[in-house]
Amino acid sequence: MTISPRTRSRAARAFVYALLILGVVIVTLPFWYTVVTSLKPQAFVFEIPPRLWPSPATISNYVEALTKENFGLYFLNSLFVATVATGLTVVIAAMMAYAFARLEFPGKEVIFYGLLLGMMIPPVMLIIPQFIIAKNLHLLDSLTGLIVVYISMNLSVQTFLLRGFFEGIPKSLEEAALIDGASQWVIFRRIALPLVRPGLAVVAIFTFLYSWDEFPWAHVAIKETSKRTLPIGIALFQSAHLTEWGQVFAASIVAIVPVVIVFAVFQRHFIRGDVGSGMKG
Amino acid sequence: MGTAWLFLIPGVALFATFVLGPLIFSFRISFYDWNIINSGDSIWVGLENYARALGDPIFRRAVLNTAAYALVTVPAQIALGLGVAVLLNQAIRGKSLFRVLYYLPVITPWVIVSLIFEFIFIGQGGLANYFLKDVLHVTDQNIRWLADPILTFVPIFLLGIWKGVGWTAIIALAGLQAIPRELHEASSVDGASPWARFRYITLPLMRPTLVFLTVVLTIGGFNAYISNLLITNGGDPLDKTHFILTLMYEATFTRLDFGYGAAISYLLMFFVLVMSIFQIQLLRRRVEL
Repeated sequence: MTISPRTRSRAARAFVYALLILGVVIVTLPFWYTVVTSLKPQAFVFEIPPRLWPSPATISNYVEALTKENFGLYFLNSLFVATVATGLTVVIAAMMAYAFARLEFPGKEVIFYGLLLGMMIPPVMLIIPQFIIAKNLHLLDSLTGLIVVYISMNLSVQTFLLRGFFEGIPKSLEEAALIDGASQWVIFRRIALPLVRPGLAVVAIFTFLYSWDEFPWAHVAIKETSKRTLPIGIALFQSAHLTEWGQVFAASIVAIVPVVIVFAVFQRHFIRGDVGSGMKG
Repeated sequence: MGTAWLFLIPGVALFATFVLGPLIFSFRISFYDWNIINSGDSIWVGLENYARALGDPIFRRAVLNTAAYALVTVPAQIALGLGVAVLLNQAIRGKSLFRVLYYLPVITPWVIVSLIFEFIFIGQGGLANYFLKDVLHVTDQNIRWLADPILTFVPIFLLGIWKGVGWTAIIALAGLQAIPRELHEASSVDGASPWARFRYITLPLMRPTLVFLTVVLTIGGFNAYISNLLITNGGDPLDKTHFILTLMYEATFTRLDFGYGAAISYLLMFFVLVMSIFQIQLLRRRVEL
């Protein structure tokens, strides 16, 4: 019996889809279970057998979490910190990257390699001295203290990434402007920056995800309830109310939505190449 | 030349204050019995903090736990991520939807996914036990995953793998797409089976990507922290389940032993550095064979 090549390739393709879908089920099942649990009334959280469909369903966990608990405030804190840190990182990293790509100055290589060192340090090992420095600068218990550290922790990777983008722009454009008497700042602002927009999108995605996710530093630097960010709020709520998983997960789902939106909007920019290199979450 | 500094000052100032300065400062702290209230009263102890860590059974156990985590999760992430990448590299529909779905665990905050896995592995009424006991019947009583110094690593390891596969797959996919299509077409004309093509064309050409993934994932593995902190409460039971960083955190911010914590973090950086160099050497050498 012979199998035609066509049948065989069709079978192979069905096999590829089957494996991919199996993988997606494994990857998404925990999320699905989280959503379902967040919609269950407290009494049904540990029902036996555990159900993968909430019945009865309720949104009371969301209402509780967002009104009675402080998750609404933590959400705003996280949004503020992540947005400001992202915006400033994009600007500061772009400025540095442009200087490394286009300007000449003494000590250029030394400074660049010093900066690269930052990519190799395990972030948590800096927490002890960061805590002491932040304490002396009165930056503990303040959102500013989170923002400056988040920017600093991202500068190495993002400057390195953007330098590559700036070096990819043809020099002739800038040279023409320079002859017309434009300053370096104007060239950076009006010519170079718009041309590296895809790179800026990648920087924005990664810095936002990082700032939204960051736990160790916020855990150390913030003690005041009203200054907490979402990861801290959720972790502390869970350890204080061990059984109220419905509310924990309602807050978690609300916390996931912004990163999914940011990722869905910007993903085409970074999936194209291997620019995700070295930026593991 | 003056202009260059205008571009550099904001970034360099931040980096020096919050990254480079702390790196040097931390090194100094590691040689002291550091006094957090009045740093002037700190006592120089030389290498004692390092010696204490290396002789401490809790630290040694934490190193073993962390090494086991890297040893299990890194190969698993690479194997599964490579598998997903090969599948996504076929001519299929819905590629970007698949990519987003596989990437979902990567973008979800560690705190949240840690709590999700803790919930699934709860002893009484958890989904994992229900599945093993009532669906598969491989055990007749609930397994107490979270109270056992060995079993508690099951959810932690699984979480590490589950969260990292999407990222590994995206990087591997970029590597696959860089392989010239003609190579595959030529060998398939020569009658090579898909497995032979994967083994003798894809894998060797993917070596730089695989080296990169091994090094970056191992560094990530040794820096694992949040999942352990939330799932074991940082070392429970009896400080047997620490990772290096949960121990560093506890020493520093619970016991306020800053010098000891700083020494642990430098030991970690030393391990990671040595291991990265070793891996790069080893994996590079195989290319030449």
